[in-house]
Amino acid sequence: MYEILAKEELGTVNKLMVIDAPLVARKAQAGQFVILRVVEEGERIPLTIADFDREKGTITIVFQEVGKSTMHLGLLQVGDELASFTGPLGRPTEIENYGTVVCVGGGVGIAPIYPIARALKEAGNEVISIIGARTKDLLFWEDKVRAVSDELIVCTDDGSYARKALVTEPLKELCEARKDIACVWGIGPAIMMKFTSLTTKPFGVKTIVSLNSIMVDGTGMCGACRVEVGGKTRFVCVDGPEFDGHEVDWDLLMARQRIYLTEEKRAFDEFKLKCECDSGL
Amino acid sequence: MAEAKKPKREKIPRQEMPRQAPEVRRRNFNEVALGYTPELMALEAKRCLQCKKPKCIEGCPVRVDIPAFILKLQEGDLAGAAVALYADNNLPAICGRVCPQETQCEAVCVLGKKGEPVAIGRLERYVADWRISQGTEVPEMAPPSGKRVAVVGSGPAGLTCAADLARYGHQVTIFEALHAPGGVLIYGIPEFRLPKAIVHTEVEYVKSLGVELILNCVIGKTLTIDDLFDDGYEAVFLGTGAGLPMFMNIPGENYNGVYSANEFLTRVNLMKGYLFPEWDTPVRIGRRVAVVGGGNVAMDAARCSMRLGADEVIIVYRRSRVEMPARAEEVENAEEEGVVFNLLTNPVEIYGDDNGWVRGMKCIRMELGEPDASGRRRPIPIEGSEFDMDVDTVIMALGTRPNPMVFTDAGGLERTRWGTVVADETTGRTTRERVWAGGDIVTGAATVISAMGAGKRAAADIDRYLRGEITTWMPAEEAQKA
Ligand SMILES: Cc1cc2nc3c(=O)[nH]c(=O)nc-3n(C[C@H](O)[C@H](O)[C@H](O)COP(=O)(O)OP(=O)(O)OC[C@H]3O[C@@H](n4cnc5c(N)ncnc54)[C@H](O)[C@@H]3O)c2cc1C
Ligand SMILES: Cc1cc2nc3c(=O)[nH]c(=O)nc-3n(C[C@H](O)[C@H](O)[C@H](O)COP(=O)(O)OP(=O)(O)OC[C@H]3O[C@@H](n4cnc5c(N)ncnc54)[C@H](O)[C@@H]3O)c2cc1C
Ligand code: SF4
Ligand code: SF4
Ligand code: FES
Repeated sequence: MYEILAKEELGTVNKLMVIDAPLVARKAQAGQFVILRVVEEGERIPLTIADFDREKGTITIVFQEVGKSTMHLGLLQVGDELASFTGPLGRPTEIENYGTVVCVGGGVGIAPIYPIARALKEAGNEVISIIGARTKDLLFWEDKVRAVSDELIVCTDDGSYARKALVTEPLKELCEARKDIACVWGIGPAIMMKFTSLTTKPFGVKTIVSLNSIMVDGTGMCGACRVEVGGKTRFVCVDGPEFDGHEVDWDLLMARQRIYLTEEKRAFDEFKLKCECDSGL
Repeated sequence: MAEAKKPKREKIPRQEMPRQAPEVRRRNFNEVALGYTPELMALEAKRCLQCKKPKCIEGCPVRVDIPAFILKLQEGDLAGAAVALYADNNLPAICGRVCPQETQCEAVCVLGKKGEPVAIGRLERYVADWRISQGTEVPEMAPPSGKRVAVVGSGPAGLTCAADLARYGHQVTIFEALHAPGGVLIYGIPEFRLPKAIVHTEVEYVKSLGVELILNCVIGKTLTIDDLFDDGYEAVFLGTGAGLPMFMNIPGENYNGVYSANEFLTRVNLMKGYLFPEWDTPVRIGRRVAVVGGGNVAMDAARCSMRLGADEVIIVYRRSRVEMPARAEEVENAEEEGVVFNLLTNPVEIYGDDNGWVRGMKCIRMELGEPDASGRRRPIPIEGSEFDMDVDTVIMALGTRPNPMVFTDAGGLERTRWGTVVADETTGRTTRERVWAGGDIVTGAATVISAMGAGKRAAADIDRYLRGEITTWMPAEEAQKA
């Protein structure tokens, strides 16, 4: 069950995997996520559905190795099986023909923005996409995103590839130049989503973000994922993950993401040490 | 004849069950209660008067024939005791440990009128543990009916319903959202009160009856109830429990260091947070922990906090000791382990520091007024009695409601305003044809044994339905009237 059917390196820190999960693929829609465990002792980590194939019964995930669980996941090979894989969770993106929309993907957020851009395009929208990363090595899927967009803007923070800019710069220019933008989707690290929302706010352009709070079950039973949106407590896993970016309490989200910093670092360091020992270093 | 024996019996006092010493157990996760020795069991069994009209049976929600199994114990026939006990109870190793006996079977035992009741729960546990040690055998099964039933949720309600349906000859599949079966038994109740090995044994037993278990499958997301019918299941039982946590909606509740009891206990028990970093899931416990609530959930959270190394653990409960819904034994255990009780107290605000971490809690003193709808005296805040409590972790154990997820695209399932599903008490039938429900999803947070009872009754009704004995579906409310 939950066999890894394909694995691909996307640049230096991001990895892609295609997982055999027919039940999840049957229902998967853009904007939803899965919760997986790498091994029996593993934690339950949420990852966005980057792509799905209903016929083949597969789900594609793209992840950045930031800690123990994602590093462990990255060590698995084609043919290995995951301990568990649950989904699709969360509410799907509300896809409609809005007119002109902008999809902004930052870093590993390029993966989840892809199925959303594709669905919006299929629904008849004019889709303008902006993808960006810190540096060239972290960029991926330029061609894939281009194929589902009417226009694509690529940038890197350090200028190592394409335009040297943060994704918020071309976004601001678009908002200034075009008064017909109906909606913006922004997915990436919390800080990037915060500034994406701040960029569009003065223009009154509705902005949807996909929040990445810490989760346990992903089904609404623990409250670990709670955030404040519009002054109300919401559970990201069941009420989201997409919310109106102008209403999100970003400082709270970012504070809550740091709850286990000490423990995460300890787990990561011990794991790295173990991996080095195992590989005979 | 009866008179001749009576005086001899009354001399035996209720036998205590050996337990780990408080100063030892408060820092480990091993089971607290160690079980009777054969000698203690024999002494305790002897106390039962074998009443002609046994009151104790009426106190048990599944009507275990208590004198029957105790008689076998008096005769020294353990195998016979096991047969008698398992006839009425699929999960006695669990019930013997977690039933609130003092409000159920033992509350009405005649011996309790003058002295102390027979320790029915402890005897039940003894028999069940003995039988598990012997390796369980597959009971008699009806011939296959060729009918398929879907059971949603693998808590006590779902497991019991599935086991009975399998014994009636039906092909049963359990769908469970989490990666491990058992419901609250596995994610909520801690190892030191209910060893997970026992839950695993019971789950394996259910599987040995031919029940298929599909984990990581969230009904309402991965599949809907409609999908289950489309896939060929002829009946659906909902035993998804009441797992939605409640918060107080007071300021500061989202600071780092405020947990719902569900999150805290899931991290500790299901994810084995107490074994971090061997197990990956961390759980962060501060030095001074406040647990808000007075039920079993609160006691479990408090005792887990103690075991994770907190310096001080305080139960904050808005009523008084007598109103606390937790099992009496666990309140005692918690107290012995050093948990402090701050009763007639209610939080009004949680303070945070500059980094968003809890640094204290403002509380108000309460007094008890007139009894409310639940029959318990209503707590009323005493004006001007606010005070600050120095804590760095707060665990909210305020009760739970049914998780609405299972109702996505569930068509025609009526619910109450508390979010519980409307179902007939005796049959479990809901307002949607071919859908039954039982356990916490119907009653709201209740007990293991009542969930099992509901699963059992629903299984019997589903069996009647599948055998064609029920031709017209009488919705829950009408059935109730009839
Ligand atoms: C709905 C949802 C969808 C997600 N989709 C993706 C995805 O498609 N690809 C991907 O790479 N990541 C995604 N994430 C984030 C991913 O779940 C975390 O990166 C992962 O859990 C980290 O686990 P770890 O053990 O490797 O690192 P940890 O040791 O847990 O953490 C290492 C570092 O990452 C930070 N971190 C931990 N959890 C999160 C989180 N949930 N979000 C952001 N930062 C976090 C920590 O603060 C720490 O600095 C998603 C999160 C959510 C909630
Ligand atoms: C911490 C704690 C301590 C307790 N202590 C005691 C005690 O000492 N004595 C006692 O008698 N009672 C106790 N209780 C109460 C008792 O555990 C419950 O009343 C009982 O477990 C209810 O059983 P259930 O089968 O209805 O639901 P649950 O045990 O809640 O099981 C429901 C199952 O359904 C699954 N599920 C939920 N939604 C879905 C879905 N959409 N799709 C698939 N699966 C789903 C859940 O993951 C879960 O596994 C305690 C409860 C808690 C939380
Ligand atoms: S199942 Fe519970 S209530 Fe019934 S006899 Fe056993 S311990 Fe008592
Ligand atoms: S009421 Fe008490 S003494 Fe009488 S049969 Fe039941 S357990 Fe035995
Ligand atoms: S992750 Fe547990 S409620 Fe959202």
